[in-house]
Amino acid sequence: MTPLLQIRDLHKAYVLDGVTIQALRGINLDVEPGEFVAIMGPSGSGKSTLMHILGCLDVPDAGSYQLNGRDITRMDSNQLAALRNHEIGFVFQNFNLLPRTSALENVETPLIYAGIGKSERRQQARAALERMGLGDRLDHLPNQLSGGQAQRVAIARALVTRPSLLLADEPTGNVDTATSTEIMALLDALNQQENLTIVLITHEREVAEHAQRQLLLRDGQLEARA
Amino acid sequence: MNWTTMLQLALRALLRNKTRAMLTTLGVVIGVGSVIAMLGIGSGAQQRIAEQLASMGTNNLVIRPGSASYGGVRTGAGTTTRLTRADADLIAELVDVVAVAPIVNTEAQVRYRGTNWGTDIAGVSPDYGTVRSWPLAEGEFITRRHVQAASHVCVLGQTVARELFGLRSPLDESIIIKGLSCQVIGVLTEKGANAWGNDQDDVILIPITTVQRKLEGITHVHRIELSASDRAASFRLYKEIKQLLRQRHRLQEDQPDDFRMYNRAELAQTSEESARVFTWLLGSIASVSLLVGGIGIMNIMLVSVTERTREIGIRMALGARQRDILWQFLLEALVLSTAGGMLGVFLGLGGALAVARFSALPVTVTPVSVLVAFVFAGLVGVFFGLHPARKASQLRPIEALRYE
Repeated sequence: MTPLLQIRDLHKAYVLDGVTIQALRGINLDVEPGEFVAIMGPSGSGKSTLMHILGCLDVPDAGSYQLNGRDITRMDSNQLAALRNHEIGFVFQNFNLLPRTSALENVETPLIYAGIGKSERRQQARAALERMGLGDRLDHLPNQLSGGQAQRVAIARALVTRPSLLLADEPTGNVDTATSTEIMALLDALNQQENLTIVLITHEREVAEHAQRQLLLRDGQLEARA
Repeated sequence: MNWTTMLQLALRALLRNKTRAMLTTLGVVIGVGSVIAMLGIGSGAQQRIAEQLASMGTNNLVIRPGSASYGGVRTGAGTTTRLTRADADLIAELVDVVAVAPIVNTEAQVRYRGTNWGTDIAGVSPDYGTVRSWPLAEGEFITRRHVQAASHVCVLGQTVARELFGLRSPLDESIIIKGLSCQVIGVLTEKGANAWGNDQDDVILIPITTVQRKLEGITHVHRIELSASDRAASFRLYKEIKQLLRQRHRLQEDQPDDFRMYNRAELAQTSEESARVFTWLLGSIASVSLLVGGIGIMNIMLVSVTERTREIGIRMALGARQRDILWQFLLEALVLSTAGGMLGVFLGLGGALAVARFSALPVTVTPVSVLVAFVFAGLVGVFFGLHPARKASQLRPIEALRYE
């Protein structure tokens, strides 16, 4: 089976306050379709940098990254945008819902950029929200939703374009324990029942243990966790 | 992504901040409104000047006797007696001369039964009405025969008719001019005051020969007015007549003209030019306010881009391309400026109407000026919206997402 995601010897440095930081120093990673992988690491270990590159929000300085067999290091900004739209769904720690925009419109947004017509868009967004059990929250604004509801809207939005990869960056970081359990159960279900590939970044051991494979990012390199 | 969707996104974003959108638009509203109103006032003034010039006879030349020089003593303008009806007859034969009117002026205390009135007397020829574009209200004008016979007939201006006859018709009545009994054969239409405020209707016209022979005992004329077929012809005729008169008056090369000639077309041109300049001036002052309105839009759009940096980052993560972001913000600026343009058209029309109503100024708002102002507003939107929109579209996704 060809891996969904294949990374070889990836390097990334960034400059912060005039100091160059070698965030990633030779990352190698294969993720097969349907896998649920957790990446852990202390803060400052380069988790976010890796996440941005995995999500095609940033490009590496060196090394290769193939997503679905396509080399992203050769892509221009339009191609990367299309890739983010079709292939990747993001779930963020702080939900990142568009403010003062209803749940339905939030979920519709990726479909707008996919060029899908209005009625089709409405229908797909509604279906995605209903699958997340939010059929009665369509017109609610982000500030009228609980943390758990907001994160479920974000997951609906991430999945509405049927991406091949779900990237979750500390998805339980901003919610209480009960909600955290609820969200992780949801991710488990999506992975097991719908065979969704998930790469999860977290610093919480209990959260990481939901994944089939756990990796540790340390000094800019990935190592398997026993 | 299609245009209706993008327009909806832009409208929704603007409606989230209604007060801000309205205040931003206000700058453009005032700008467009004042451009339209000012251009309206300007072209109204242009039109009024054109009307006044037309009533004066725009393509007219006026010839008056010049100053005479007797052995070193130079008398004032109009003192020579060398301009004659024969000069006028010769000028009438030139190409492109529509009509020629030699004129002799005098003043008189005229009497009609118990009343009397002091007024100007003009001795004129049949072409006078054509040259002055001055039609009759009733009766008939002085004819060639009247001139040949030095007939005792007259045509009254409205003021004289009113002063001597009140509401009655003066036709066929006789009035006494310097002891000469003249029959009234016509009454002129009302012409009003001229550009210098003199009442042009306070006049009596009688055959030129009657004034020359029976009232004044002179053979020369005080002025010759003529109208040319068009403006270009008037400039050409100016030179030709000058040449002609110099020859007729047997002037040597080194002698100055013994006549003066004025070209009304020149005056017309100057007035029209200044009216145009006036319109441009008003228009450009108003455009400055439109420009300031545009800067207002840019300012608010820049604030908006900064405020919404995170939103831009989220949209990029969800698959928005740079040009999607660019268009989103550009459309917002365009919606602001065109909405301002539309409201401004109404404000401008209202303002123009108010000016027309409360001042004596005529105001003409042309569809072209409305269109120009509106299009200009749109261009202002694009011009001042482009910078903030580019700034938004060129944000890096990760930095925009991290922005607090």
